[in-house]
Amino acid sequence: MRRHLWIVLAVVLMSIVWSGAVAGQPHASAPSAAPAPEIKIDNFTFGPGEVKVPVGTTVTWINRDDIPHTVVNTDKTFKSKVLDTDDRFSFTFTKAGTFPYFCSIHPKMTGTVVVE
Amino acid sequence: MFNSGKNQDALRDNHDEDGVDRRGFLSCMAWAGTGAFFLMEGGILKSYALRTAERVASAGQLSFVQISDSHMGFNKAANPDVVGTLKTAVDKINALPVAPEFMLHTGDISHLSKPEEFDTVDQILKGASARDVFFVPGEHDVLDDDGSQYRERYGKGAKGAGWYSFDKKGVHFIGLVNVLNLKAGGLGTLGAEQLAWLRDDVVHLKHSTPIVVFAHIPLWSVYPQWGWGTEDSAQALSLLRKFGSVTVLNGHIHQTMQKVEGNVTFHTAASTAFPQPAPGAADSPGPMKVPAEQLKSILGITDVNFVRGKHALGIIDSSLA
Repeated sequence: MRRHLWIVLAVVLMSIVWSGAVAGQPHASAPSAAPAPEIKIDNFTFGPGEVKVPVGTTVTWINRDDIPHTVVNTDKTFKSKVLDTDDRFSFTFTKAGTFPYFCSIHPKMTGTVVVE
Repeated sequence: MFNSGKNQDALRDNHDEDGVDRRGFLSCMAWAGTGAFFLMEGGILKSYALRTAERVASAGQLSFVQISDSHMGFNKAANPDVVGTLKTAVDKINALPVAPEFMLHTGDISHLSKPEEFDTVDQILKGASARDVFFVPGEHDVLDDDGSQYRERYGKGAKGAGWYSFDKKGVHFIGLVNVLNLKAGGLGTLGAEQLAWLRDDVVHLKHSTPIVVFAHIPLWSVYPQWGWGTEDSAQALSLLRKFGSVTVLNGHIHQTMQKVEGNVTFHTAASTAFPQPAPGAADSPGPMKVPAEQLKSILGITDVNFVRGKHALGIIDSSLA
């Protein structure tokens, strides 16, 4: 009787571990499943000007202009080095919120990342 | 046409009452490529043919040259040889009928604030007849370090972010910095500290002292939609209202443009590197590619002459062609 209980317990434990692993799998592979958001800098404009992404997303900016630009959050949460033509900058958003940003060289250029 | 906007400005700013007369026509012709001359007398801007300009220049008691936007390091289609065009600009300076006493460089010396870019410009400018160069930074000169490298190289003795003033033959020169601490959605900025310094700098000067202000981004609203203006320039200009003659020299927009407002003459210089579109003439500012044979006709230098007694500053734009 006691041995039977042990077997039941072992089966229950194993199933908990297994189901946990299965449940964890799609979560772990989510970033590669969804395309990483890319914001193009073209003609002194961030495009798209506003993106909405889930927490944990890495957003990449790429400069397609013949002129250098930067990507700077108004609250300094993120700040790129200067991006020359075809240079990229990536930032992973680990907190929800609205993140307005601009080009510190050409401040008329503005955009927003909304993290949900 | 890329320079149609400039022609309109030349016409608008011709204060002669008789419309498009011979002078107006010559002014248009000048803007079409050969250079232009503007003489301010008693607050009235007059346009002259270049021959007159040379005569006035030769009588000038203080002659200096403005160059701008050399963008050393730029290598895209709009000009793959910014070294060559800067050398041509130096040749032009050395060929002026009256040797200038010094140069003003109104910023964007470098394209990416790299030490070797500044080194190259310094080396090329050593070949100019005018050895002294007074700089103000452009936004391309202060990348990633808020201008500390720029100030180490060019800002010895300057105040704050690199502003300063000096006197030459009775003319008071003021170099301002409006490319740092820019705010999202905004324009160029001078800031409260610099404005306070400016107030102190000019408070003891006589009203008759001719003033030359130079800064990178225009100190007038050329085209705010493209960031071609300075948020607090009106405050700076209000501090200069008492002076009879104020000349404001800027760069940044890579094209010549001028405007007169009361006692102030505004002027922007051409780039030595690449042209940009006329305001609103393209989707955005930025390097404008023109046929190779046209490039040097829209790059240039600006020669400025002050004639004492006449209270006049003559401004001559010459293309590199």
